[in-house]
Amino acid sequence: MHRSIQALITEAEESGRRLPDVVLAFECAESGADPEEVRARIRKTLAVMEEAIEEGLKGEVFSPSGLTGGRARRLWENGPRILGERVTATLARAIATLEVNAAMGLIVAAPTAGAAGVLPSILVNAGEFLDADEEARVDAMLVAGGVGGVIAHRASLSGAEGGCQAETGTAAAMGAAAVTWLAGGSNEQISNSVALCLQGMLGLICDPIGGLVEIPCIYRNASAAMQAIAAAEMALAGLDFPVPADEVIDVMGEVGRKMPAAYRETAMGGLAATPAARRLVQIRPTGEPRGISG
Amino acid sequence: MVSLFDILGPTMVGPSSSHTAGACRLALLARAILGQTPERARIVLHGSFAATGEGHGTERAIVGGLIGLQPDDLRLRHAFAEGEAAGLEWEFERTDLGEEAHPNTTIFELTAGDETVTVRGASVGGGRVEVSDVDGFAVALGGDYNTLVLMAHDEPGTIAAVTRTLSDHDVNLATMRVDRTGRHKDALMTIEADQAIPEEAIEAIKSFPWLRWIRRVDRVS
Repeated sequence: MHRSIQALITEAEESGRRLPDVVLAFECAESGADPEEVRARIRKTLAVMEEAIEEGLKGEVFSPSGLTGGRARRLWENGPRILGERVTATLARAIATLEVNAAMGLIVAAPTAGAAGVLPSILVNAGEFLDADEEARVDAMLVAGGVGGVIAHRASLSGAEGGCQAETGTAAAMGAAAVTWLAGGSNEQISNSVALCLQGMLGLICDPIGGLVEIPCIYRNASAAMQAIAAAEMALAGLDFPVPADEVIDVMGEVGRKMPAAYRETAMGGLAATPAARRLVQIRPTGEPRGISG
Repeated sequence: MVSLFDILGPTMVGPSSSHTAGACRLALLARAILGQTPERARIVLHGSFAATGEGHGTERAIVGGLIGLQPDDLRLRHAFAEGEAAGLEWEFERTDLGEEAHPNTTIFELTAGDETVTVRGASVGGGRVEVSDVDGFAVALGGDYNTLVLMAHDEPGTIAAVTRTLSDHDVNLATMRVDRTGRHKDALMTIEADQAIPEEAIEAIKSFPWLRWIRRVDRVS
């Protein structure tokens, strides 16, 4: 993977190739796979993402702990009240995937299971309202993967290392880049969308109640997806950010390294350590996920 | 090395890439080191695996991995029933291995027939795993390659003999590591290859008089 967003863009511009083609060529060179194999695998990945959303929106899946289930459906049925349909659908779809994840359903950890709701929600939504066909969505996945690879190299993707900003923050930055690409944004706008998105996720702690990938994770995925489309909207309108994407990524890494352990997936601080959370975790898991198909 | 599909994946049964997919993969790797599906397994969980494993399906994922289920196999949800059907007897223990141990450390004691192996490893994040110890010998196995682990009495020519044998069987080496306990003592070789390592190559290596033991560890998904 590339070491900087700038390197990705420079390589694309110097060789006259599109951003997804640069990411694809790099992956082929590293893995020895041919381009069509990689694209086919991404199509399969996209299909898993779409199925998880569909399953979650049925509202029938519940996690073994009972902490999550049915909420994506409730939002889908009761919204939008104040937002536009696209935003409400993005929120519901992000929650849907995370509810399937909590019920031991099949998901794509892009980049992690705890942040698995963000990118699918954005891709399915943008695919709909931008009328993007499957190949365009595969290209968008490549752009997202390129951005995620840079963040993995420069900072971290792990909540245990860098807090929630490293998980949902990275997923959001990937999603922002993907939707900016789909909407026809320039390379510069894609880079700006990453910076604009990630600056708003900086410092977000990982404080899962009971140590489970459930609460606040389902809601953090929803808000991260919204942050991503907001950043894309701003970047596409020509708004920029004075600190380049790579430097914002470095800041995310720095904040993660300085984050106290209580806020890095240990369930020792934040929401996980509140009286309400402590009462909740008295509930023992029932042992079986419910309502999940397959 | 991070691949595109480490970022856009893995595709997995939830809820946690480290505590579910990684746990399954670690068990798959332990099974690969044993070389077959175990009949009996004693599994010791430390740290975060011990503390939050229940809510993450960690034990199910481990039982599933031990009988060969992949991290994206929906049967992981009913892995206890699958494990019983496969004839596996297992017991879990929780322990504290101290501050130094990775929070997701697991120790496997696996038995099949006369074969027994003890494997220590950890799920290190994002579904990636690392086995650090096999039967008391320090190793570094991630399951990403077809791997040979062998212990040789340290004398001149052992490395050349092993690499020549592999090359005679058209095996292309990705990496090779040699750790020696001391001059003219034992040397542990860890060899990662792109292709599957054929049984004939292993038989040929077994015939060398200086070989103490050898294990083939096939790549896990």
